[in-house]
Order: sequence, then C-alpha cells, then structure tokens
Amino acid sequence: MSLMPVVLWTDGLVFLLLALIGAFVLFASRHEHMRAPWRRVVRSRVGVATIVVLGFYVVVGLLDTVHFRLALDRQGDDNAETRYSPEVLSLLDLALSGLRERQEKTYSAPFATHLFVKEAIEQPDGTLLRDFPRLEYGGVHLEDPARQRGFDIAWRAAWGALKGLVIWALLSAGVLWLIARSRGETPAATRATILAGRTPIPWRTALVMLGIMLVLSGVVGELALKYHILGTDKVGEDVFYQTLKSIRTGLLIGTLTTLVMLPAAVLLGIMAGYFRGWVDDVIQYLYTTLNSIPGVLLIAAAILLLQVYMSNHADDFASLVERADLRLLFLVLILGVTSWTGLCRLLRGEALKLREVDYVQASTALGVGHFTLIGRHILPNVMHIVLITLVLDFSGLVLAEAVLSYINIGVDPTMNSWGNMINSARLELARDPVVWWSLTAAFVFMFALVLAANLFADVVRDAFDPRLKSAR
Amino acid sequence: MTAYIIRRLIYAIPILIGVNLITFVLFFVVNAPDDMARMHLGEKRVTEEAIQTWKQEHGYDRPLLYNPDASGLARVTDTIFFEKSIRLFVFDFGSSDNGRDIGYDISQRMWPSLAIAIPVLLVGLAFNISYALFIVFFRATYVDIGSVVLLVAMMSISGLFYIIGGQFLLGKLFHLVPISGYDTGVEAWKFLILPVIVGVIGGIGAGTRWYRTLFLEEISKDYVRTARAKGLSERRVLFRHVLQNALIPILTGVVVVLPLLFMGSLISESFFGIPGLGSYTIDAINSQDFAIVRSMVFLGAVLYIIGLILTDISYTLVDPRVRLSP
Repeated sequence: MSLMPVVLWTDGLVFLLLALIGAFVLFASRHEHMRAPWRRVVRSRVGVATIVVLGFYVVVGLLDTVHFRLALDRQGDDNAETRYSPEVLSLLDLALSGLRERQEKTYSAPFATHLFVKEAIEQPDGTLLRDFPRLEYGGVHLEDPARQRGFDIAWRAAWGALKGLVIWALLSAGVLWLIARSRGETPAATRATILAGRTPIPWRTALVMLGIMLVLSGVVGELALKYHILGTDKVGEDVFYQTLKSIRTGLLIGTLTTLVMLPAAVLLGIMAGYFRGWVDDVIQYLYTTLNSIPGVLLIAAAILLLQVYMSNHADDFASLVERADLRLLFLVLILGVTSWTGLCRLLRGEALKLREVDYVQASTALGVGHFTLIGRHILPNVMHIVLITLVLDFSGLVLAEAVLSYINIGVDPTMNSWGNMINSARLELARDPVVWWSLTAAFVFMFALVLAANLFADVVRDAFDPRLKSAR
Repeated sequence: MTAYIIRRLIYAIPILIGVNLITFVLFFVVNAPDDMARMHLGEKRVTEEAIQTWKQEHGYDRPLLYNPDASGLARVTDTIFFEKSIRLFVFDFGSSDNGRDIGYDISQRMWPSLAIAIPVLLVGLAFNISYALFIVFFRATYVDIGSVVLLVAMMSISGLFYIIGGQFLLGKLFHLVPISGYDTGVEAWKFLILPVIVGVIGGIGAGTRWYRTLFLEEISKDYVRTARAKGLSERRVLFRHVLQNALIPILTGVVVVLPLLFMGSLISESFFGIPGLGSYTIDAINSQDFAIVRSMVFLGAVLYIIGLILTDISYTLVDPRVRLSP
C-alpha cells in the first residue's frame, strides 16, 4: 500500500520543536550545570510519575501528527497513475480505524448495546414497535446482551489487563537489565534495590506508574475493540476516539504557543535589559500596549478577522483539515502574541541584573562585542527562566483552549478538541435522562493531562529556581 | 503625589494611542469594510449596491485616513479613523452594527457585572486568605500536604467544569437556585448566588496556593524568628506579624484587578444568562459585531492602565519604604 505523506503547518512546527528539544538535550547533557537540575527532576518521585503520564499523552499526540493520504484502489487497472484519497489521515487514525469507522446513528451510553433513544423497529411479522434498537457495532457479538454483557466485559477487561501486564513485564525486565548492566550488578541485586526504593532515580515509582498506565491501556484497548467504551455522541461518533484525537490539539496549543512566542520574547527582553536607554523604552512601550488589551478580546478580534478572511477566500483551502490546521496555527500565533509579554518582562529584569555582574563587566572591558556577549553570557544564564515559563504556561494554555473553543473563538469547530467536546455537550446535561459521557470523557482526559503538567511544572521550577525552593 | 499621578496619566496617553492604532489596523486595514459588509449580508453573491448601502448605514463609507473630496479640516475628520477610532478617546463609542448606542448599553450592563464580580472578589479573598493561614498554621503536616494536593487538583480543573457542575448539582439536582437568568433590583440575589459560589470555588485552587506561598515566604524571615524568640504564640505571630506584612503583595495584587471587574466575566455571565458586560462581549463576538468588540478592547485597555496606576499608588500607601520616583 503506497501513501503520500502530508505535512501540515502545525506538523512542521512540531517537528521543529522536536528538533529543538533534541538539540537542547544534546547541549544540556554536555554541561554539568545544566544536567544537575534535570537530575533533581528525575530524582523526585512526583517528577518521574508525571513524566510517565505525560509520555503517554505525547506518544498519542505524536502518532496523531504524522499525516498522510492513502492511495486509492486502482480498480484493476495496473497502469493507471496512483491516485490518493482526499482524506488526510494520521498514524493514530490508522491504528484506531476500527473506532473511527464504527459510527452509530446517535447517542449511546458507554458500554451500551442499545441506542440511547427509542426508534420504530420493524418486527419480523411486519408490525412496528417503539423500542431501543441494537447498536450497529457496539456489542454486536453478544447474542443476549442483557445476560452476557457483564461477563463479557469482565472477561475482556481481564484479558486486556493481562496483555498490559505482559508488556509491562517485558519492559520492566528490559529496564532492569539495562540498570543492572550500568551498575555492574546482577539483575537480582538490582531488583532488590529497586523494590526497596533505594535507587537514586525512583525507578520503583516509575515502574509502578508505567504498570498502571499499561494495564489501563490494555483494558481500554481490549474493550474498545467491541464496545463504545465512552459512548457515542449526537451523530454517533465514538467519544473515546474523539478524546484521543483531542490530545494532539491540547498538546499543540500548550507547546507551540510558547515556541512561536519564544524568539520575540527572548530577543526583545534581553535587548531591553541589556541596551537600556531608548531601546528599553520602545520595547517597554510595545509590551505595555499589547498587554493592556484584554487577551480574550484580542484573540476574539483576531479570530473574527480570520473568519472574515476565510469566508471570503474559501477557495484557497484544499481541504477541511488544512483549513482547520491553519486556524489552529493562527490561534497559536495570536495566543503567543498575547502571552509573550510576561516572559519578555521577566527576561528584561534578569538581563538588567546580569549586565552589572562582574564577568559581564569584565567582558565588556576586554572589548567583547555586544552580540557575542549576549550569546555567550546572557542567553545561557536566562535559559532556566525560559524553560520554567515554558513548562508553567503549558497547563494554562490547555485550559485556555477549552474556554476559547467554548466561546467559538478557539480551534475550528470541525477539529477534535476538548473545548469543542464541552461546547457541543453543554446542552446534553439538560436532557432527561442525562447524557453525561462526552463531558466526563473530556473532563477526565483534560484533568489528567493538566494535573500531570502542573505537578511536573512544580518539580521543574523547584529544580531550576533555588530561590523558590526555600519557600516550600 | 498629585504630580506623580498626573505624570502617570500623561504616560498612559501614548499607550492608549497604540491600542487604538492596533485595533484600527486589525479592524479596518487587515479587513476592509467591504469584507465586513459581505460577511454581515451573508450571501455568497452580494451585489455591490447592497454593500454600499450597508456601509453607508453603518458609517463605513468614508476613506480610511484621508478624505481628498472634503475641504478644510473635514479632510481629516470625515474619515473612518477619525469617526470610529479617535472618538473612543472621549468615550463616544458610537452605535453598534445593529444600531444600538454602545455607551448606553455599557452603562446599563456594568451593574450586573459588578454585582457578581465584587462578591466573588471579596468572598474569595476572605476564604482564600483564611484557608492559606490555616494551612500555614499546620505547615509540614498531613493537613498541609493534603491541602496542597487538593489545591493543585482544583487548579487543574477547567473553569467550565465548575460552572457546568455547579449548575447541574445546585440547579438541576437539588432545585435550590435557578439555573440561569437575571432580575432587576433586589430580586436578583437568587440569580447571583450560584455564579458567586462557582466563581469563588473556581478561584480557590490558584488563589489559596499563591497566598500560601506568600505566607511561607514571610514566615522564613528574620522578624518572624525575632517575634518567636520574644515568646509570642504562633497565633499571634501569624496574625499580628505575618498577615500584616503579607498584606502588601495581596493588596497590590487585588488593586490591579479592581478596574477590570467592570468588564465582568466572559464565561460565567454567558453561562448563567446574566446581562453584564461579559455576556455583552460574548454576544458581540458571536454575532460578529465589530463596533462593540472594538469599544470593549478600548475600554479594557483604559481600565487596565488605571489598574496599573492604582497599583503603584497603593504600594506607597501601604509600604512606606516605596518612594514615588519615575
């Protein structure tokens, strides 16, 4: 099967971000003073536990970032030119094609075998009966759902948990072997140390967390093959699939916003603090002005204008996905514009302090050029502020996405995101009986991500900012 | 003092001009009034005539910056920039795209906004400070650890869920309060309870955590050690010394948001159907009423700058160490 890779704008930025992270890791691993805070991060139990959770999110997000178009069937004509489907898919879509394609008619509750609303069903003898019809895909393998369902779910869950445990055991054995080799011990001795929790990196916590996540994924994955584990939404789409797709949107907004604002914030902040005088005045004026416009309103204005532009230039966009992607990119840019001022101000203050430090003064006296000086002495010394801001802003941005989408100035309505899920689900609570699963799904996945990010951010901040540590 | 305030007010002028220019560029240069007209008229194929009528009705039929057809001063004044942007400086907001007077609407709608924002601020402040003091009193015990975990968890929940949850529990399950709506006069109180409760609860996580950090920072300072060495009880140390000194950052943090209370809360007002400035803005965004959005941007900027000035003044009032220098 041949396919044509598609790189959307945001995909490109993600790859750029990955490259930057890679370069940063290479750079940091060669400098002891940069390795030390990271060592503190991975040596805290909260740190490793959240890294595991965030890792699962990142893997899903990355799978969803590799986009391509599948080749269409040639219909027997081997000489025909290969044509590609107009639909842009991602690796995640491919992995979840079962979930994606099993679309019901409308609402159905989690693990349901019947639709949520009554319909007229034609009986074998020709009469019409108003009842809940069977789902087309959810639980169709059951002959008598009322009797078999509980047992079937339990059995599948256990089987899924077993699969998860096996994968976990294999991974743990691998990790154990690697640690044992690096410490020059027998695996048994290492296992004892890990179990007692005496390793410098809390491997016990990491492995337990990994085990929980893998078993959970195993159970969920096994059940999702046969049921809609989080129900279906109004048009019958699987809610679990939507939630997984939303992960990419959340992660992108949380990370790319900081990425796009970084060059401006770092450059202007350092310039203002380092050069002072009129440069400082101009830059301060710039960020005070931008800051004084309420962020939501600036975003609203910009998105309104984008909508006007898009409705007037509807032909410029090849597909819905591209259009949604451009809107996401634009949202990320405008969120960056509203949020770079905080970092810029912090960096300005830090640069003001740094330029009076002895070694900077000495370099100036020795005639080192401004830009060499900034590159060699100022920039490395403010990197920790940049990093802390990046991590601290993440959870706020994920939450902001939900709010913005709720007032229709967030991501494109066709794009999967938690905000859109909440937005479309807000009237469902008023129904009787209540349709609660869309909201719950969005809540659980968002909460887990933001909580992990918040805890991780605290650990990172404590590790990098010694001044704050005393306060805890 | 007066001289300082006047100087700060003069500094504010270039910033307001900047805000005005940004909104002007965003609303009139990036998108020509023709586009706006086409968008509002809705149809795919709009006649040129219809666009011209719409522009004329809403006063967008002038040149952007310079009118060569007019004579004298009117060359500058008879333009979109002058009519729509400069007038904001005297708080003449003009009329919205559906013909209502924006200034009048704002003056009517700011009261419901304040009716929610002020109780949320006061109750939230009182609760968060008391809770933070409570945590600090039991610092480094399970009360402390458990509370911090709770606070981080509360911070990690989107504000939308507090609103949805509050409406569902109090309004729908227990039928204690109306889910949404508003009434004039004293009768409004029962519509205000739920938004206020939700607003306070939604702010606990971040607020209490921030105050806890402030108190802990104070508590490690020398004067606290001296106070303890004098033999003061822990309660006296906390209330007499720590609280009083921590009030400085708390107060200045509150003052900066005071003017912005007028703007109301976007989300909670539209959820609860409160006719305040927040829901006004949301409605304008949804109906793509550029005139209102533009006015609110300007108003927000003015209030923000007032907040900054007030903060600087309040610093000098509560902390004699701070001098007013430029």
